[in-house]
Amino acid sequence: MKKILSLVLAIVMVMGLFAVSAAAETSDVKVGFIFLHDENSTYDLNFMNAAKEACEKLGVEYVLKTNVPEGNECYEAAADMADDGCDIVFADSFGHEDYMIEAAKEFPEVQFCHATGTKAHTEGLANYHNAFASIYEGRYLAGVAAGMKLNEMIEAGEFTAEEAKMGYVGAYTYAEVVSGYTSFYLGAKSVCPSVTMDVTFTGSWYDETAEKEAANKLIEGGCKLISQHADSMGAPTACENAGVPNVSYNGSTVDACPNTFIVSSRINWAPYFEYIINCVANGEEIAADWTGNIATGSVELSDVNEQAAAAGTAEKIAEVKAALEDGSLKVFDTTTFTYNGAALESFMADVDTDPAYEGDTEVVVDGAVLESEFRSAPYFNLTIDGINLLDTAF
Amino acid sequence: MKQKLFHLSKRKELPWYAAWAIRGVAILLALVVCGVVTTAMTGEDPIAIYKTMWAGAFGTSRRIWNTLQYLALLLCVSLAVTPAFRMKFWNVGGEGQVLMGGLATAACMILLGDKLPNWLLIPIMIVSALLAGAIWGGIPAFFKAKWNTNETLFTLMMNYVATQLVAYYVIVWEVPKGSGKIGIINQNSHAGWLPTIAGQKYLLTILVVAILTGLLYIYLNWSKQGYEISVVGESVRTARYVGIKVDRVIIRTMLLSGALCGLAGLLLVGGSDHTITVNTAGGRGFTAVMVSWMAKFNPIGMIFTSLLLVFLGRGSSEISSKFQLNDSFGDILTGIILFFIIGCEFFISYKISLHRASRKEDK
Repeated sequence: MKKILSLVLAIVMVMGLFAVSAAAETSDVKVGFIFLHDENSTYDLNFMNAAKEACEKLGVEYVLKTNVPEGNECYEAAADMADDGCDIVFADSFGHEDYMIEAAKEFPEVQFCHATGTKAHTEGLANYHNAFASIYEGRYLAGVAAGMKLNEMIEAGEFTAEEAKMGYVGAYTYAEVVSGYTSFYLGAKSVCPSVTMDVTFTGSWYDETAEKEAANKLIEGGCKLISQHADSMGAPTACENAGVPNVSYNGSTVDACPNTFIVSSRINWAPYFEYIINCVANGEEIAADWTGNIATGSVELSDVNEQAAAAGTAEKIAEVKAALEDGSLKVFDTTTFTYNGAALESFMADVDTDPAYEGDTEVVVDGAVLESEFRSAPYFNLTIDGINLLDTAF
Repeated sequence: MKQKLFHLSKRKELPWYAAWAIRGVAILLALVVCGVVTTAMTGEDPIAIYKTMWAGAFGTSRRIWNTLQYLALLLCVSLAVTPAFRMKFWNVGGEGQVLMGGLATAACMILLGDKLPNWLLIPIMIVSALLAGAIWGGIPAFFKAKWNTNETLFTLMMNYVATQLVAYYVIVWEVPKGSGKIGIINQNSHAGWLPTIAGQKYLLTILVVAILTGLLYIYLNWSKQGYEISVVGESVRTARYVGIKVDRVIIRTMLLSGALCGLAGLLLVGGSDHTITVNTAGGRGFTAVMVSWMAKFNPIGMIFTSLLLVFLGRGSSEISSKFQLNDSFGDILTGIILFFIIGCEFFISYKISLHRASRKEDK
């Protein structure tokens, strides 16, 4: 797997070099994109911008379809695009997966690519592919910025080190979210060792009211800083109104929240889109699981908002980023956290999705959890010490 | 004394060709306005827009099948609510009744899918879907018959209960845990999937609804029960006077209405979607009210009104996707067209006459 992955990365980088010359050959490729929501969702906007950027750069024709729910509508949309002459069909939401697989079975000559899904490596379809990015690294960096902000507030005497508590608005208790908030927490903990975190879930990827309410609830519960993994402006807006610092996701929210926005991590999907378009144009296979990272330009951090962030945040982020890139620092280093009061020796993750969620793969290797290594979508779903789940209804 | 500039009077029955001429003009005007709006926003030429709309609904054989299937599903729900409407029982709970039928179907597929063979499972699915829909329709009818509760509010509220029940069971049955989605049920075993006819997966639904249309037409127009429904709809007092048990007719008709909605749920979950979400009914329960009303509660007329609505929906969605507009743009176009179509019914029922005489006097 590792070999395949590095091979894929190598191909991507080489392609980056030849992107300009490839433009002429890719012009007859047509791509269809399916989005769960529209541009009002930060999550989908992030995909839409990348889609337009990649397609315009390579000069290929593309169609977009927004507000496609995670139901049979997705199959209809995907099959319709394939039938309409698209060579690649892409869908952006986790719940689209089964329907993409269904369409992939029906149109074997069309490539179906799906972000955040988990089944490509077990489904055995040559034309169905998953992709994700090591966003946990980006979350970790954003967490470092959060920890520095907490330290600054502690030094200013706003609260004691023991009271340093963050709040996190999650969508579902799903591994993608758990992995995200855990890496965020570990980033903060690396600079502010006494920090704890409360997490609450909204049960929706996009519910502005619920996300706002959730952020307010966390703030009332004594959280000094908020971050979120849900796609509306709900949580950032609540933070701006309450004057509580916010670490955002999917892109900068500095325009709407100039006083409280610190930094935001996001996945840049343009490298992946360029990769799949070039694969199809050159008749090459698309990897079943593709994981972008900092080096491929897939994991990005927005500019730090100097007005809200602690002094020296940008420099510290650059330093930690370099350590992540050269491998000297690992996000899920088992010496930096405990699980049920003890160091994590072994963790069997549910990499091959099955209804019973049985762990099937040992992912603790050489003193660190290897996230997004055995498949592109995250699988770390333990609640480590220091993180407190307020509710788990979803 | 100041007189108004014009006044309205109820028309006598218009000849059918005049009524259809007015409707034709309304659709034409609607298309012109849609063209203007789209051109203003995209700069595309209006003819291209109409072509795209046509292509969205009928462009490829796949799309034609799709359009027919959408037509069948919408028609099924519309047929289902119609007996109640003829009785002037305003059942706006089609959405909830469809969802309950779908939920019952999904429950059978999930819980019994690996235990029973399809020849046994599918009949169980059919019975439970019809029953679930009938119960959901029967509850408000019972309250209406016994205590004369307001059926519009009651059936509307039952929609929310059904939606929340589905939301609850989606979390109970979610795969994988924490994702909030059921995904495709029995994707590999196909247990409980309704059979495909002649390799066409939409054909079964279309045939079932075609037969249903004929049966319901006969039931409403030629059966004793259908006649009772019409009498109750005309006047409850007359119905009582001639010895019709109104309570029984209300409950019986709503059980039928609900069961047919349940059938739509079965076709959706077992036949086309193979999953259930809170969006499974897709607003058809409400659109059906319009389909049924525009066709004057005539099952044959509903074929055309539902075709019109499905064509609009698919055509305008193709416009927004092809010209890279937000998906909501399709809804704007559909809204404009419906505004004209519903508005034109006013001109069919009423005449506007100007007060020429009074204006002359003013001068």
